[in-house]
Amino acid sequence: MSMQQTLPLPGVAPERTGGYRRDHLLVAEMVRPSSRVLDVGCGDGELLQLLESRGIDGRGIELSREGVNGCVAKGLAVVQGDADTDLVNYPDDAFDYVILSQTLQATRQPKVVLENLLRIGQRAIVSFPNFGFWKMRLQLLIGGHMPRTENLPASWYDTANIHFCTIKDFVELCEQINVKMERAVALDLYGRPVPLNLPWWVWNMFGEQGVFLLSRGGQGSDKAK
Amino acid sequence: MSNVRPIPSPQTQSDDRAHEADHPSSLVAKFGMDQPLKLDCGVDLAPFQIAYQTYGQLNADRSNAILICHALTGDQHVNNIHPVTGKPGWWETMVGAGKPIDPDKYFIICSNVIGGCMGSTGPASLNPATGKMWGLDFPIITIPDMVRAQAMLIDRLGIATLFCVVGGSMGGMQVLQWTAAYPERVFATLAIACSTRHSAQNIAFHELGRQAVMADPDWRGGRYVDEDTHPHRGLAVARMAAHITYLSDAALHRKFGRRMQDRELPTFSFDADFQVESYLRYQGSSFVERFDANSYLYLTRAMDYFDIAADHNGVLAKAFTGIQTRFCVVSFTSDWLFPTSESRALVHALNASSARVSFAEIETDRGHDAFLLDVPEFLEISRAFLLAAGKARGLKDDGQS
Repeated sequence: MSMQQTLPLPGVAPERTGGYRRDHLLVAEMVRPSSRVLDVGCGDGELLQLLESRGIDGRGIELSREGVNGCVAKGLAVVQGDADTDLVNYPDDAFDYVILSQTLQATRQPKVVLENLLRIGQRAIVSFPNFGFWKMRLQLLIGGHMPRTENLPASWYDTANIHFCTIKDFVELCEQINVKMERAVALDLYGRPVPLNLPWWVWNMFGEQGVFLLSRGGQGSDKAK
Repeated sequence: MSNVRPIPSPQTQSDDRAHEADHPSSLVAKFGMDQPLKLDCGVDLAPFQIAYQTYGQLNADRSNAILICHALTGDQHVNNIHPVTGKPGWWETMVGAGKPIDPDKYFIICSNVIGGCMGSTGPASLNPATGKMWGLDFPIITIPDMVRAQAMLIDRLGIATLFCVVGGSMGGMQVLQWTAAYPERVFATLAIACSTRHSAQNIAFHELGRQAVMADPDWRGGRYVDEDTHPHRGLAVARMAAHITYLSDAALHRKFGRRMQDRELPTFSFDADFQVESYLRYQGSSFVERFDANSYLYLTRAMDYFDIAADHNGVLAKAFTGIQTRFCVVSFTSDWLFPTSESRALVHALNASSARVSFAEIETDRGHDAFLLDVPEFLEISRAFLLAAGKARGLKDDGQS
């Protein structure tokens, strides 16, 4: 949840449209106007600023003191906190959406965090780096060592990311805990969506990150919305 | 031990201070017998007066007023030369031209709390019924009483809604009480280094201070003015003990270490060999020049009684249910008097109430007193919070709306 896990990282700058990161714009598109949003692991508050500029009532939680203080200095309503320990303090249905951007893999209990997101919010928007991305697979298969990419440059011994998963893994977890996938998008290395008409295994191979709009209950997915 | 020097007597005649208690060098709002202050202890206090200062101009919409709530030993003289000590105002890092709370933009109000000794009615004031100092005949006051009196002042100034209520420590307690008691009258709050209830440790420190005052034979059961004495030793000891709690181990070490005061070697006596001793004695003796001993008893007591949750069946979140006020809560890493954990508990309750809250912990080794000092990150956050809240309030850069 520290700023280091929030894109952009050194190496690749996600493409920007009108000053905003494309993955942020994608998340913002998923949020209905004039709703209440909690951004868990909000980093420097860039996404929250985008949401507030669209009239959305945004709040944030951030682990790093630098991140929090930067957000408060931007006039954002952000508190210092930890996704693993502090989400339990929020009441049921407090928000329309709870966003977890590039943070799930750094939590100690991703499943519990995910359940909390959908307890606090009517919907959750979760994005995470896909460990099934072809570059990752290649490094492990050919190189024989833990993968490092432009967006995830840390070595295994100093990474904050302790629970990597693939898009396929995440879809299975959602099914297991009865979370409905309302929308799913895979983004390539530059934050561009992987074409929608391709099958899951292509996403799992060529998606550098997955972005999911989730709600409670229901079964299966309909990614091609 | 011929070279033991007791804490010196006050250099300033306490007459100056005593005069301020009834005739302050600031604005005064007087409330007559028909406008009693209804105290939590059941007493209707009337007549009474509130001494206050203002800086800047109220705009046409009356929407740019900031109320500053002072801490335990503060007063209304935020940003002007103090009438007793001759020193600058107590919050010049925060208030002033170009500072986060700028009189060119906001109408700034600060009143001496009820029970204080700089012009608002308190134990150092004359009791109209006897013509003598109230002393311990003054009723016990609480933080909600202080806020009730401030609300009467704000009414008199014709301000329906305050743009922001700001304060640290005991001032922060008043800020929180304002939002709990008058949520619709507070647009935004900046609550610094405070808590929703006084901890057992803090009550213990206050009791130590009170006992030091009362153990001074010159205290005379609180009637020292009538008997022409002054419990300056007891009050100075109380201040010395309290002052330690406002600092931190690291700050004391950085400031003084084990350095000697104007000497190379220990004197093998109980004189102030160490700089830190000399500093504390100075803090103690300068404090008694400007503060009334009985007032110190009353105000520490008010803090001890403070517990917002207790007024809401023990559930803190209920105090803030449905609140629209924008909150900014700030704590300091080295503050062990009002530690970050206290602020965090407040923030959790505000989250549970779906309040709009920002919370920042500032890294500093300067302890509780950091809120009074030049801590740039803290001041920058305060400025940004006020600017964002002002935007939401429709305030322009010049404070007009």
